[in-house]
Amino acid sequence: MLNKYPLWKNLLILAVLVLAAIYAAPNLYPPDSAIQITPARSGAELSADVIGNVRTLLDENGIKTKSDEQKGATVLFRLQDGEQQLRAKDVVQRQLGDNYIVALNLAPTTPAWLLSMGAGPMTLGLDLSGGVHFLMEVDMDEYLSSRVGNYREELRNRLREENIKYRRIQIEEKQIRLSFVDAAVRDEANRFLTREYAEFVRKDEQKGDSFDVVLSVSEQKIKEFEDYAIKQNLTTLRNRVNELGVAEPLVQRQGRNRIVVELPGVQDTAEAKKILGKAANLEFRLEAEPGASRFTTEEYKFRSDEFRTARLEKTIITTGDSVTNAMSAFDENGFPQVNIDLDSKGGAVMTQVTRKAIKRRMAVLFVERKPKTVYEMVEGVETPKTVQVVDKSIISLATIQSTLGSSFRITGLESAEASELALLLRSGALAAPMYFVEERTVGPSLGKENIQMGLNSVVLGLALVLVLMVWQYRLFGLVANVALLFNLVLVVSLMSLIGATLTLPGIAGIVLTVGMAVDANVLIFARIRDELAKERTPQQAIAEGFDRAFITIFDANITTLIVAVILFAVGTGPVKGFAVTLSFGIITSMFTAIMLSRAIINLIYGGRRVEKLSIGGQE
Amino acid sequence: MSKKHDFDYMKYSKLALLVSLLAVVVSIGALAVKGLNMGLDFTGGTLLEVKYTTAVPVQDISTALGEAGYKGVSVQSFGAETDVLVRMSESFHDGLGEEVLATLQKAAGANQLILKRSEFVGANVGEDLRDQGGMALLLALFLIMLYVAARFQFKFSVGAVLALFHDVIIILGVFAIFQINFDLTVMAALLAVIGYSLNDTIVVADHIRDNFRTMLNGTPREVINDALNHTFGRTLMTSLTTALVLVALLVVGGQLIRGFATALLIGVVVGTYSSIYVASALLLAMKVSREDLMPPEVQDEIDDRP
Repeated sequence: MLNKYPLWKNLLILAVLVLAAIYAAPNLYPPDSAIQITPARSGAELSADVIGNVRTLLDENGIKTKSDEQKGATVLFRLQDGEQQLRAKDVVQRQLGDNYIVALNLAPTTPAWLLSMGAGPMTLGLDLSGGVHFLMEVDMDEYLSSRVGNYREELRNRLREENIKYRRIQIEEKQIRLSFVDAAVRDEANRFLTREYAEFVRKDEQKGDSFDVVLSVSEQKIKEFEDYAIKQNLTTLRNRVNELGVAEPLVQRQGRNRIVVELPGVQDTAEAKKILGKAANLEFRLEAEPGASRFTTEEYKFRSDEFRTARLEKTIITTGDSVTNAMSAFDENGFPQVNIDLDSKGGAVMTQVTRKAIKRRMAVLFVERKPKTVYEMVEGVETPKTVQVVDKSIISLATIQSTLGSSFRITGLESAEASELALLLRSGALAAPMYFVEERTVGPSLGKENIQMGLNSVVLGLALVLVLMVWQYRLFGLVANVALLFNLVLVVSLMSLIGATLTLPGIAGIVLTVGMAVDANVLIFARIRDELAKERTPQQAIAEGFDRAFITIFDANITTLIVAVILFAVGTGPVKGFAVTLSFGIITSMFTAIMLSRAIINLIYGGRRVEKLSIGGQE
Repeated sequence: MSKKHDFDYMKYSKLALLVSLLAVVVSIGALAVKGLNMGLDFTGGTLLEVKYTTAVPVQDISTALGEAGYKGVSVQSFGAETDVLVRMSESFHDGLGEEVLATLQKAAGANQLILKRSEFVGANVGEDLRDQGGMALLLALFLIMLYVAARFQFKFSVGAVLALFHDVIIILGVFAIFQINFDLTVMAALLAVIGYSLNDTIVVADHIRDNFRTMLNGTPREVINDALNHTFGRTLMTSLTTALVLVALLVVGGQLIRGFATALLIGVVVGTYSSIYVASALLLAMKVSREDLMPPEVQDEIDDRP
């Protein structure tokens, strides 16, 4: 019983501790208040002139900057005084106008040598940073029935092309019923459907003299539709969120049909909701006939060519809301085309209008809503105010060859043009309608208070536990305390390393970990005392205590871990944060309480004759 | 901390089971009669925390909101005198946030108000969360039962899970009796209590198993008593450290985390008690024996007989 760890084991423990300290370190550097400038149009560049102008502008207004750094098309000005952040934003936004998005940011101040090792601070949840949280629900029923509705149009055309005579095609909930005069035609139709529409589950039915096939969408296909709709909505929302110029937005799917949007630092919910929920950004319109009255027509420029214009009718056929899908593809001759799907309502109107407009041209107008800052005098002070301006431009003008239904295509495009058009058609559209179902705001002051209170509880809880441990277990208690402190460092470093989000319940989880993590040491020390009571030598007692307590510690921790994992799986937002810190705390406490404290105790007592252990509890 | 390893815990096991049974019945009664004061995480509804520059009588705010046609309005001061917490049963719809703020600002007049926090939750969101939370609790209990049954023995897992039910129901009972707001963090705390309380139970079970192997002449009652005597110091110490940090959270952690800390604190106290008097006493009641823990050898012997 020498109680000595081999050198490699001590070095391993040391290495883990050093790494943990390094990756936890970035959290010690308080972030800088900064303003972030990005060009409003994606792909545009930020010239050195602009940056220089901003620099002098800030200087003239007496706003001192620490530094500025450019990353891609974004430039970040770090301010010396956080109080000046809002003013700096206003001044710069005013100067740059609406071609640039100026956003508030809290820039990490992680030193370069830490950054080069991939270290960075933890991200803060909304309850700690302040900001708005929205939960949006995607209306899947509506979306699915519109998808099924589209199939009716398509089937009509295809069956006609194939010369299969049907009596009627009806929509029943999410099913399509095709009726035929006799079994032979139905068989023919079935062969065609099997070949071309494998996504349907077919069922033959006979009602009187009507031979029917009932098509229903397979479960798997429904899931595909849903995934597509959510993915498409996520993309669209992300585009819209970018317009808000938020530093680190979160747009994420939650559950089957919900989307979470979190915007740190944003306070104006009305403004945010307007942009997230903005509706029509595509309009389908007919080109004006020559000599049409100026009162019923409007002139628009082309998006691709500012000097080219076209005169369009004021009447809108349908809007981007009814676009359910748009894809670039190639036609049978290998020419690029864009396939567009409309929902049943949009398709019906489209049919009605285009029937009488063959050989005329139809335009797709792209409608962009841009925030524009104007300045108003309020009580003698000029204050900035954001208003929405609408900018419309033509992205396609094509001749109508035949009556259009809910699925049609635009041809005569270049390949690159086709894919851009498809992208624009999609980017404006939400695949499925969405509603806000939850809205939460946390003011910035409350966020700061929460951080402070969280820190206070960690410190107070830690202090109480440290004192209690030393009082109960003397030197061994001190060792447990060192292990506990390193446990905290390990949790923080793991959180930072994997980029987990810290929330208020997350901090509570850390506090709880402080109380629970010493349990392993308490178990070990209790065993050692037991062994000492059985007249074992101190060295034997140490070895036995650690060995025999291990299995108990393991069993006890696994169950807490099971609970934490369940919590992580079903929890949302803040609660997830609790599950993360709790599980990390448990895992790391196994290492610190068993390996680290053993290593320290070995260093103190190991390899020599010991008469008495300073572990308390003995008379 | 007692050094004497001869306290007869099981002497009081019948009494303790009676007390537990009573507490559980009272809790279930409170849940049935008063019900939980569900937070808007689960019910849907509206909550705003507002800070005024100068204090405003709570009654005025309440009247203003009532006149504006909002239902189920409750206004209370929150922490500081100038801070006010408004709750309404009004379920979320688009634009509600702006409307409510405008109403409050109008009522406040020249008094500047700052929105500290607002929550608007749709009714069906809450419903989903409630279902999810309930499912999570049941899943946790089931998985733990499986784990304990696999690691120890079926009788142990029955005792452990009944002890957990006991803890969870008593916490819910306390929340129902005092009508403490039951929100998502409290739900998380309940799950944490399951983990925590089990921790104690397992440590005791581990010792009982050990004792069955070493105390060859001990009766089950002696074996269990000895295990409890040996683990009591540790159980007390861990409960104490955990309770201390929870008190820290309760005192300085702020309003938002209060329900969470309360639930856990009750959980720690009840959990410590239940690991001794529910889990272990049930083991005794189910006549746990040495054979329960060493099935392989015993089984072999029996099988070898003709």
